[in-house]
Amino acid sequence: MQYFLQNVINGVQLGSIYALIALGYTMVYGVLRLINFAHGDVFMIGAYVGFYAASAMKLQEQPTLGGALLQLIPVLFLAMVACAVLGLIIERLAYKPLRKAPRLTALITAIGVSLFLENGGQLLFGADPKFFPSVTPQGPKGTIRIGELIISVDQLVLVIAAALLMAVLWYIVSRTRIGKAMRAVSHDADAAALMGINTDNVISFTFGLGAALAGAGGVLFASLTYAKILPLLGVTMGLKAFVAAVVGGIGSIPGAMLGGLLMGLAESFVKGAPAIGPFEPSRWTDAVAFVLLIVVLLVRPAGLIGNAAPEKV
Amino acid sequence: MRVSRSSFVSRIAPGLAFVALLGLAGCKDPGTASKGGAESGGAPTAAAQDTSGSEIKIGHYASLTGETATFGVETNEGIELAIKQLNEKGGMLGKKFRVETQDDQSKPEEAATVVTKFSNDPQIVAVLGEVASSRSLRAAPILERAGLPMITPSSTNPDVTKVGPNIFRVCFIDPFQGYVMAKFAHDDLKVTRVAVMHDQSSDYSVGLANVFKEEFAKMGGSITTDVSFNSKDSDFRGQLSQVKGAEAIFIPGYYGEVGTIARQAREQGIDVPLMGGDGWDSEKLVEGAGGPGKALENCYFSNHYSKDDKSPRVQEFVKAYSAAYGKAPSGLAAMGYDAMMLLADAIKRADSIERPKVREALASTKNFPGVTGDITIDADRNATKPAVILQIKGTEFTYKATIQPPSAAASTGVVKQAASAR
Repeated sequence: MQYFLQNVINGVQLGSIYALIALGYTMVYGVLRLINFAHGDVFMIGAYVGFYAASAMKLQEQPTLGGALLQLIPVLFLAMVACAVLGLIIERLAYKPLRKAPRLTALITAIGVSLFLENGGQLLFGADPKFFPSVTPQGPKGTIRIGELIISVDQLVLVIAAALLMAVLWYIVSRTRIGKAMRAVSHDADAAALMGINTDNVISFTFGLGAALAGAGGVLFASLTYAKILPLLGVTMGLKAFVAAVVGGIGSIPGAMLGGLLMGLAESFVKGAPAIGPFEPSRWTDAVAFVLLIVVLLVRPAGLIGNAAPEKV
Repeated sequence: MRVSRSSFVSRIAPGLAFVALLGLAGCKDPGTASKGGAESGGAPTAAAQDTSGSEIKIGHYASLTGETATFGVETNEGIELAIKQLNEKGGMLGKKFRVETQDDQSKPEEAATVVTKFSNDPQIVAVLGEVASSRSLRAAPILERAGLPMITPSSTNPDVTKVGPNIFRVCFIDPFQGYVMAKFAHDDLKVTRVAVMHDQSSDYSVGLANVFKEEFAKMGGSITTDVSFNSKDSDFRGQLSQVKGAEAIFIPGYYGEVGTIARQAREQGIDVPLMGGDGWDSEKLVEGAGGPGKALENCYFSNHYSKDDKSPRVQEFVKAYSAAYGKAPSGLAAMGYDAMMLLADAIKRADSIERPKVREALASTKNFPGVTGDITIDADRNATKPAVILQIKGTEFTYKATIQPPSAAASTGVVKQAASAR
């Protein structure tokens, strides 16, 4: 039981990151029917912006959680703004000129943008890994023990931060004018345009919003769980988050959240599974993600809540 | 979204195709390309050597950038120091040494490209490189076919020198490192229950883990579990949930991921000593573990030499290196230095820079006084020499113990087991 719960905790933490990235894939697909493959690399840029900001501000390990959060929030904010701007630039330069072109053209452009960011990242940041300084209390001070169960403060902060960001997103989408416009464009872009909605602005806003979430994900990921940052960081994370978005039902916001959590849990359980004879499940972690995708697509081609949720963004 | 199921699938299909492509690319395990067929196109016919140049030109392929950039940079510094000292003494055979270092970006395929270039250069006498076994394994067949002697400073995977008679190394091999850590855990740490975590995508890591398990069990210890991870992963908590309860954990990985694993282990309440091999040897190791005195404090790894060694040849080298680069030399820098010096020694004994003669001289090296110990090249072109255990204290790696190679009979035994374990 303890073992089971420990893996649930680890899985939820990993899943929150996947969910944050998956939201960007799903929102852009919602308004533009485009799979923005460069999204995983925006996540990587977020991690780097966070790293450079943290280095410039000389972030250090804080004895208390409050102090750590106080240091981390400006970094997070900076990375979100930088990534939102990057998202807008990518949309303006790479995708907007192709608005009327066949869908495949845009998709290939997305792959091109992704390669550009990955290789540009290697050129700009260098290909050797950078290490994010640890900010939160480490060691015994940084862990909460419930019996045998161990939850680190890092994990807790990450999950709460991700949940808060998703709550803000939910509020924007369902309670604001621009959110209403996003939903309208997602429902029918032509009709929305006829109703006087500036679809271009809505699409740009969606890109910015998705990129900001990816940027936040990048900083949370680098500062709280995985110190090593590489220019190719976004490849695997982006791919898994994309699978998460498809599993949940691409185009659906709750779907991306559910898919992300599911991916995180599945990965955590496979990694943490004990060996059965010569068979070591931990070797098959990545295969599981794609088997999950295939199974879900076979059973529910539109994803888990792709059809069930009528409201899309 | 007014999308029917079928049209949804057709819309998403290109994306899935891309996913599949990426997946394939990701599966390109560096290890699978170990034997032959490494480079595309026809085998390069050995370009006739041109010995008329005024320089003795040495090729060096190294990871100057990429995931293990410090490996290549530090090795190269060692080599350049050796060249500088050799040339200050007037070079050899009336010629000066010159090294041409090419970056392989820490990628096996780039290593293949770079050494193909070397093999087409008639001026090059011999090639030095690489640190990582997966890259040496990729490059060695190309150099072997070209008849160019290659010396790897620190690739410890046994398969590297098995490629052919032109491939040498100045370091010990994985089975020995696995043996060393098993002996250290058993004799010095006095632990009996050890868990192993290995990187399934690395020949080096799998090799060390297998020998460690075998040797440690033979000494009477027990392996609680052996889990694998992928160095590209970001989260090792799943694996760590399984290694709880062990008295020590053996993690034969590279410095990049070891820090993260250590951080996550400490956070999960695992406070037993972690042990590793020479892949830990980097000035960035401690940084990745959250800084000095943090997750990796008092952990141990096996290495080729210790800068704290009091013998004059080590201290002279440390002094010269520090003067040249303003920092203490890592084990890899020392290996690069030794590889170059051993090559120069062979050229001197061969009294020629003709590749076959240099190869013969390399093969007959006996008790060469290297910084990393006395090096004897055995019949399999591997180096027989001792290893040291270093302990991490702050940002320093301090000397803890020296482990001698087991007696000749035993050591071949170790090697054989490793071969059968693979």
